[in-house]
Amino acid sequence: MTEYDVINTRAPRLDAPDKATGRARYIDDMRMPGMLFGALLQSPLPHASILNVDTSKARNLPGVKSVVTAKDAGMTRYGVSPARYDESIFSRRKVRYVGDEIAAVAAVDLETAMEAVSLIKVDYEELPAVFTSEEALAEGAPVIHTGFPRNLCAEVHQEFGDVEAAFKGCDLIRTDTFKNKRQDAAFLEPNGCLADYDHSGHLTLYTSTQVPHYVQRTVAMVLGLPIGKVRVVKPYVGGGFGPKAGTNPMELAACLLSMKTGRPVKMNYDREQVFLFSRARHQFTHVLSTGVKKDGTLMALKNECYLEGGAYASFGIATVYYAGSLLGGPYKLPNMKYDGYRVYTNKPACGAQRGHGGVAARAAWEQQLDVIAEELGMDPIELRLKNMMSAGDVTCNDLNMSSLGMKECIKAVQGGSGWNEKRGNMPTGKGIGMACGFFVSGAGYPIYRSDTYHATVTVKLSEDGGTAHVYTGSAEIGQGSDTTMAMIAAEALGVRLSDIAISSGDTEFGVDLGAYSSRQTLMTGQATKMAAENAKAQVLEVLSEVLEVPVEEMDVKKGRIVFKNGAPDFERIRVTYKKEHRGWGDQPTGDLTFREAARMAYLRKGTIVGTGKYKPGRLGGEYKGAAVGTSPAYGCSAQVVQVSVDMETGKVTVDRMTDAHDCGFAINRTSVEAQMEGSLSMGLGEAMFEEVKFDDKGRILNANLGEYKIPTALDMPPIDAIIVESNEPNGPFGAKEVGEGAIMPTIPAILNAVYNATGVRIWELPLTPERVYMALKRKKDGV
Amino acid sequence: MKRLIRLTVNDKNYEIAVKPNQTLADVIREEIGLTGTKKGCEMGECGTCTVLLDGKPVNSCLVLAVQADGGHVLTIEGLETDQGLHPIQQAFVEKGAIQCGFCTSGMILSAKSLLDQNPEADEQEIRAAISGNLCRCTGYQKIVEAIQSVKDQGSVS
Repeated sequence: MTEYDVINTRAPRLDAPDKATGRARYIDDMRMPGMLFGALLQSPLPHASILNVDTSKARNLPGVKSVVTAKDAGMTRYGVSPARYDESIFSRRKVRYVGDEIAAVAAVDLETAMEAVSLIKVDYEELPAVFTSEEALAEGAPVIHTGFPRNLCAEVHQEFGDVEAAFKGCDLIRTDTFKNKRQDAAFLEPNGCLADYDHSGHLTLYTSTQVPHYVQRTVAMVLGLPIGKVRVVKPYVGGGFGPKAGTNPMELAACLLSMKTGRPVKMNYDREQVFLFSRARHQFTHVLSTGVKKDGTLMALKNECYLEGGAYASFGIATVYYAGSLLGGPYKLPNMKYDGYRVYTNKPACGAQRGHGGVAARAAWEQQLDVIAEELGMDPIELRLKNMMSAGDVTCNDLNMSSLGMKECIKAVQGGSGWNEKRGNMPTGKGIGMACGFFVSGAGYPIYRSDTYHATVTVKLSEDGGTAHVYTGSAEIGQGSDTTMAMIAAEALGVRLSDIAISSGDTEFGVDLGAYSSRQTLMTGQATKMAAENAKAQVLEVLSEVLEVPVEEMDVKKGRIVFKNGAPDFERIRVTYKKEHRGWGDQPTGDLTFREAARMAYLRKGTIVGTGKYKPGRLGGEYKGAAVGTSPAYGCSAQVVQVSVDMETGKVTVDRMTDAHDCGFAINRTSVEAQMEGSLSMGLGEAMFEEVKFDDKGRILNANLGEYKIPTALDMPPIDAIIVESNEPNGPFGAKEVGEGAIMPTIPAILNAVYNATGVRIWELPLTPERVYMALKRKKDGV
Repeated sequence: MKRLIRLTVNDKNYEIAVKPNQTLADVIREEIGLTGTKKGCEMGECGTCTVLLDGKPVNSCLVLAVQADGGHVLTIEGLETDQGLHPIQQAFVEKGAIQCGFCTSGMILSAKSLLDQNPEADEQEIRAAISGNLCRCTGYQKIVEAIQSVKDQGSVS
């Protein structure tokens, strides 16, 4: 067992004191001299032709500095996947959902900008609209995007093995239909941005984003600027969870307005606009058929899925692939068939949200596995363990489980929850259920096709040798990546955590694909480790020359040089250092310090800069869409949930949650638990009450945090978070993801617990008292 | 037509000309420049703008500045002293109760208000006291643990 000094501890997060005192600066806290305020005109209709846009009154309002529409912005198409660039900053000929952007205004204050927006006159011709997958796919349905008949945004058809042949040899085939509901990410900080175009033609966009790199590329492409003249800077971000992993029209509008006015332009979404922009969890309808042998051996899975996706593709191409590719594993399943359909509707666009594409599928399947276990007379844990993959196994769709502590996770929650004592021994209305899941540790390929590095990191040593500064484009959005990278750098360099400074979230600091697909710990972490090791090697090389000690005989630990064969005379280095820092406190004493060695390296070679980079090797199979779902590593979770159900009213209360997650190796143990706990909370919300609701005109009925209910402290039970470490060979120090895998089992574990409590299976979310009551009533009435 | 109001914010006195429709949250953030008070919904639902007005937690986005005339306001910036972080702030840092940080200011002030009134608050009382402060990151587990740890130390000041 390797001894570490910094990683695998519970070091407090570096950003926590600033966040605890109100010092931490988020986008809405930024101000600039001469700053203008922007506002958007958004469509009140779900589907309409634009006949005319008259901005004359708005332009003439005192205080208005610029009004822009599609005429000014042009119609360059953008989006998330280059395969479906279907958005433009502003709509020119038609609007496709309530909220589609038509114009933007910059004015001296927000009130004036909003008044100007209200003065823009748009003539519409309303078009028939579609709001569900069924309506959108119907013969003769209105077409939302030209070239996409029946509003089919994307479809996927994959088969691994031969499902129909395998079904013939099965003793039991079970088919179920499952539906989740549109979820909102409900991050606490609404999206905001501040664009600043200067006289030398450089544009800086400060924005609340998960992906500075992708935003930089999109802004440059859409506004026709060289990428080197666009800088994207992310201040502290108040949560993202997926919807902030793309470019939004407000960011582009603010940039355009700043270019038009030559002044900084600030824009914010209000809470309703956050719901309108959406880009959160799709509404999935899964029809799953699973075939097993009577001993419980899983043989085949047929998965048909419809995704109601809203007016634009956003992440939807990836989502529709993920809804298929993230099933199968972590079980040894030889045959799998997937047919996925992502459908355009006249509603806000759905995109990625924690557990991208896999959460509803996992909820459906893990509940179905419980049904199968019961029909076979097996314990749910026994069924899962029987079919569980081991490290090194490859799924039928070519995902390589290079490490997999899944069995250890199951055993940990079995023991940790008291499963054996409780299961079958609880009164009616009380239940216990479990489920498993896994998720990628970073998407194997970038969103645009490229051989780009996924992360490049620089570690620069200060001239006095005392501080190592980590520069990375990665995005701290609350998950703790800054602290994780600082800990990795400190460990790899051999210095204390307090000797590290980190600057992140800025496209000037290198390429980093950002905070999505749970990629930063593994990918940015590998690049950070390499950069720190590179800086250390440069220092030791110089030291080797000066002291005439071979590099292999030296190391750095806790900020000190370790000489394996005894310390040589380093008096000359110490004297030099002390002379150069006459008057300073904190002069080095005792063993030779890394600070002195680094100073010596600087004197010989100039500024010491270590660089690191990371991209995965070739991953996955050869079939169409094989890239989606690939990753250098997979994290996995098992969960046990206990519930109480009021048999009279159908009200469900979650009493306790036990989660074990295999994160490979915990860089920061507290942060790993924190990701698990947050995942469970988001999963509990989706299971229990979250649903974005619409009226028959495509307007959101609950676009606020009062009527769209996310879990409060009273809704969350105590959580036991158990860390499992399997030492991932592709991860830095063995680390892999924790940010999303832990949400996978939450919903099905709750559903399985509700069944255990009541004897009713619920196949549609959320578990409102009404839905549970009706299910209980049907059971009572024998329907 | 602006109106002159007097506010004491973090023990400092201010005379500010405010618009009649200006909220206390906006005055704190924009006129006084204390941006630790956040705005997450502007409808009194998320609790990120929580401040203590005359010792009681309020959603400062729902209080008009003119209503707070003559009042004493404590914001997150007023908790730290020359001795360092307030024990609740320190506990939030040490227990990992902070992720994105956007709810943190309001959460800490709600916790302070609770422990000021009920230093022996149990877990359920803690959960009830912060139930008006939404957090999407933590599942509240480490927040509750942090508040409990302060209570256990008995070091609330």
